[in-house]
Amino acid sequence: MSYEVNGQTVEHDEEGYITNLNDWSKELAEVIAKQEEVEMTDEHWAVVNFLRDYYEEYQIAPAVRVLIKAIKKQLGPEIGNNKYMYELFPYGPAKQACKIAGLPKPTGCV
Amino acid sequence: MEDGIKKFLYVNRKAPYGTIYALEALEVVLIGAAFDQDVSLAFLDDGVFQLTKGQNTDGIGVKNFSPTFRALGDYDVNKLYVERESLEERGLTEDDLQEIMYEDEDDDWAEKPSIRIISRAEMADLMHDQDVILSF
Repeated sequence: MSYEVNGQTVEHDEEGYITNLNDWSKELAEVIAKQEEVEMTDEHWAVVNFLRDYYEEYQIAPAVRVLIKAIKKQLGPEIGNNKYMYELFPYGPAKQACKIAGLPKPTGCV
Repeated sequence: MEDGIKKFLYVNRKAPYGTIYALEALEVVLIGAAFDQDVSLAFLDDGVFQLTKGQNTDGIGVKNFSPTFRALGDYDVNKLYVERESLEERGLTEDDLQEIMYEDEDDDWAEKPSIRIISRAEMADLMHDQDVILSF
């Protein structure tokens, strides 16, 4: 199973998470988002970029409540709240945003 | 003690690599943090090596998960007890451990250290005070 980006093939698992984290690119993020039926806006990118930075620093994808708390601190309560985050990523901010961000499925996310 | 909140202690006795225990323990802590319990971690025996700074796993082909300990504060896990005697027996001091901070919500988000060095006797008292002890 794989995504096609600019003629390149990027492997992913049965749920759509990419196999090699180094394969990620902004173009790939757009391809995954399209498959997830998510239209990427600045707010979507802010969440995706936050997740990538968090993973880079701590080597894990944060739990949803940690993500929302951090987004609230960084971008304000208008974006950093449960309702808005689920509007951005209807299938779950951690699960879906991590997939688009090219990270592994979050720990404890079933 | 508030209703329904129990004191959980996760005991880490093994080196970070070579077995899966250390990484699994950390994952259990991260998942368990969702249940809002009173969580502490204890590091003794070879478990103290889990917190050493400057870990590099390039040569053994596994992920260096030591940076993940610094995320524990985000999960409201901010009591990491390290046994002094275990450090000394391995020629280590507190300076060999990485700095792990948390923001204290009750003190205007002041940054405070999560690692507390305690003696073997204090470790025994700590274990005695717990409701649940999970050993890895």
